[in-house]
Amino acid sequence: MSSTSQEIDPKQAVTALRRKDLLGIAELSPEEIELVLDTAEAMKEVGTRPIKKVPALRGKTVVNLFFEPSTRTRTSFEIAEKRLSADTLNIAIGTSSVVKGETLADTALNLEAMSPDMIVLRHASSGACHMLSRICRSAIINAGDGMHEHPTQALLDAFTIRERKKKLAGLKIAIIGDLLHSRVLRSNIHLLTKLGADVWVCGPPTLFPTDIRRFGVTATSVVDEAVRNADVIMLLRIQLERMEGAYFPSLREYFRVFGMTEERMRLAKSDVMIMHPGPMNRGVEIASEVADGPYSVILDQVANGVAVRMAVLYLLAGGAEHEEAA
Amino acid sequence: MPVVMDADRIGRTLTRIAHEIVERNKGTDDLALVGVRTRGVPIARRIARTLREITGNEIPTGSLDITLYRDDLMRHAVGPQPLVRKTEIQFSIDDRKILLVDDVLYTGRTTRAALDALIDYGRPKAIQLIVLVDRGHRELPIKADYVGKNLPTAPEESVQVRLIEIDGEDEVVLETGGGA
Amino acid sequence: MKRLLKGGRVIDPANGIDGVHDLLIEDGRIARVGRDLPVEGATVVEIPEGLVVCPGLIDMHVHLREPGQEHKETVASGVASAVAGGFTAVACMPNTSPVNDNANVTSLILAKAAEANLAHVYPIGAVSKGSKGELLADIAELKQAGCVAITDDGHPVATALLLRRALEYAGMFGMPVIEHCEDSTLKGDGVAHEGFHAASLGLRGIPGAAEALGVERGVLLSELTGSAFHVAHMSARASLRAVRKGKEAGVRVTCEVAPHHFTLTDEALASPIPYDTNVKMNPPLREAADRDAMLAGIADGTVDAIATDHAPHHYDEKKVEFDRAPFGIVGLETAVPLSIDRLVHSGLIRLPRLVELMSTGPARILRVAGGTLSPGAAADITVLAPDLKVRVRASQLRSRSKNTPFDGWELRGGVAATIVGGRTVYVNPESVMGSGVM
Repeated sequence: MSSTSQEIDPKQAVTALRRKDLLGIAELSPEEIELVLDTAEAMKEVGTRPIKKVPALRGKTVVNLFFEPSTRTRTSFEIAEKRLSADTLNIAIGTSSVVKGETLADTALNLEAMSPDMIVLRHASSGACHMLSRICRSAIINAGDGMHEHPTQALLDAFTIRERKKKLAGLKIAIIGDLLHSRVLRSNIHLLTKLGADVWVCGPPTLFPTDIRRFGVTATSVVDEAVRNADVIMLLRIQLERMEGAYFPSLREYFRVFGMTEERMRLAKSDVMIMHPGPMNRGVEIASEVADGPYSVILDQVANGVAVRMAVLYLLAGGAEHEEAA
Repeated sequence: MPVVMDADRIGRTLTRIAHEIVERNKGTDDLALVGVRTRGVPIARRIARTLREITGNEIPTGSLDITLYRDDLMRHAVGPQPLVRKTEIQFSIDDRKILLVDDVLYTGRTTRAALDALIDYGRPKAIQLIVLVDRGHRELPIKADYVGKNLPTAPEESVQVRLIEIDGEDEVVLETGGGA
Repeated sequence: MKRLLKGGRVIDPANGIDGVHDLLIEDGRIARVGRDLPVEGATVVEIPEGLVVCPGLIDMHVHLREPGQEHKETVASGVASAVAGGFTAVACMPNTSPVNDNANVTSLILAKAAEANLAHVYPIGAVSKGSKGELLADIAELKQAGCVAITDDGHPVATALLLRRALEYAGMFGMPVIEHCEDSTLKGDGVAHEGFHAASLGLRGIPGAAEALGVERGVLLSELTGSAFHVAHMSARASLRAVRKGKEAGVRVTCEVAPHHFTLTDEALASPIPYDTNVKMNPPLREAADRDAMLAGIADGTVDAIATDHAPHHYDEKKVEFDRAPFGIVGLETAVPLSIDRLVHSGLIRLPRLVELMSTGPARILRVAGGTLSPGAAADITVLAPDLKVRVRASQLRSRSKNTPFDGWELRGGVAATIVGGRTVYVNPESVMGSGVM
């Protein structure tokens, strides 16, 4: 757990991520998740020093291969890599060149020929990281693949919650928004249920993934039910760019029925945390007063992102190149 | 397994070191203690307590995790990354004389890593090294300024330091098999 | 030239035969089937015990890709794959480049088939010009050139009105309309069956209802026009329900199921290889209840045929992200092992019913010769080895493409030999017939 004055038993059961890649939360055990969070605490301290650098990944090459635009996640990874003294390389590929030019497989193989130690991949297709992991020797870190998973986001969300609430087990956590298309949702559901939280998901029925209850969550389209006595409320972006088809009539109507306003928040616990993976659509899934209000930890999430990503990079870099996941 | 130092002996040794510190530094001005995790930390705290008893002065004390500075981090073909724990130094180390504290001095690599880490924190006026046991076999040109006990050892032996704060008892034991 | 296939278990459901018989072939035709036939003047081939002699298998849903996509398959490689799979005839789909909507393309296909001289090829022509769903193709011309049916396979006929007209018009020639049943708006840009596994993996889903809606449409229009309507590659239990109701009401509807739809489910999306593009086809692998419904339909007679929807794709095309990979898997050389292993050895059906599904049924639906061992019929014969241990090896498939999810599978049941027009066109070296005189 998070207490720092105690010395941690060095014979702890899990002291490594015994896997080559981080493709998703689905494959992680609760112990591995706790390991990442514990390591992230130490990493967070590095960011408070005058010299925000440690030599842990010195001489390692990390490529940030982003097929989708992203400032926040890419910057966060870049800072994390540099704080660990790794050599970073950013490749941003516009969607048009994907259509016209090299396949993902060929791009990756060409990169691989230059021996990067790790590739951080963000891509519009679910399963792109799995595909790369089969082709490349480098460690692959999933920075978001299609609608599938965004594991470092879920890890930093959990870290942020754990900082305040000390634990995740037993907390009522409500996730509200475009559930169908959200990779953040899937990663969070896996992580929070593995660590024993009581997860409620909420949105219009048109945006429910099939068989959502089979994921071990309570699903409802009534916002008040989800919000009542919640310890944490996570809002998901209404993903305008992924949508075609009539999921709901208008943004105005969405806000009226599902948007998080101060009034709606009152049903939650008095020390509720308001979270959002960003970027926000103010006035759609979240009212400005809530986003900027005292219960919002949205900026903490961003700060914690660097520490969590440092932890992931560090823990994966130590694994052997050819070692299979244990 | 021969007990090389018992609780009594450890206590007297640390007291003696505290007096040496005061003598060599002509007082406690600008001193600060930084214990190297794991067992350097309780030793540093004990020394701080003794210094307070002797001089009446509060010596700032911090703890340093050197995992991220080790030179053998990426060298293991198999095996886990060592667990990273937090460094806590709540004071500025600039222009201070830092007393770096560790339990066993062996190859000197841990101390080298600690020096690198400290220098990333600021610019101390000086750094002095305190160790409870010096077991020889240096691989780097590192020397301790204060030594609790010089203990000649063979490479296949290992020195186990046990402290009440962590292990429930105070003793230093010499074991055969495995490096310390 | 006379050949006597002696002592095999002959299964010919059309003539009510199932037992040890001799079969006499003369000048490329079946002369006689009977017991202890006289051998003089004939080359005798002893059929080893346990092997089955049946009318040549017919795969009524195959993509041969020629003209235009020869990197995936050609007519020549396709029929080589077919006979290795035990098929003496295949019906090929018109979604080539250019589309088979005219006599020229049809003739090309037939010429290539004649050149290869292995299995019979029955071309299926397009319903609409270019399969664009606007104007009817020249159906009479296609019939005359040699097409046996029409379809816009790859997608459904664009509108109900056009499908109605196609049924009416083709009905004039006794040609069935074969339909890729699907509501395009419900399918959207889905890539996998809409279910728990697609949801977990973040893949856009295609609900079973999308297919069933297309089936219901076709059944109603078949009833309206009185013409024959055939459901291609059926996969959903709701589709089966609609076909069953149609048949009960006397509608001229038939249907086929592909081996992958009675063997695999959408679990294959996640394991053994997550996002394996060799598991991506349309209609997709569905949930267990749908797979089980297909098996039930095969057992109770609602399903009329097994057809592979053999869809070769080049390795490069499949080695991409799941979203972007083309739909389809090859199937000619895995159909018999999967069918015998999963349907017969499991106890669901017996061999005569399998012969109906893979030979008699397709021949009847397409109204082509075949499906029987009646005297005078062409000597198109498949010799099956129901107990042969088969190991699927993708790299050794005779098809140009190797996109199969069954690589490495060990199955029980295979092909010993394939005979077309009295001539042996394939002998399986791993069967007992491999070293014999054939």
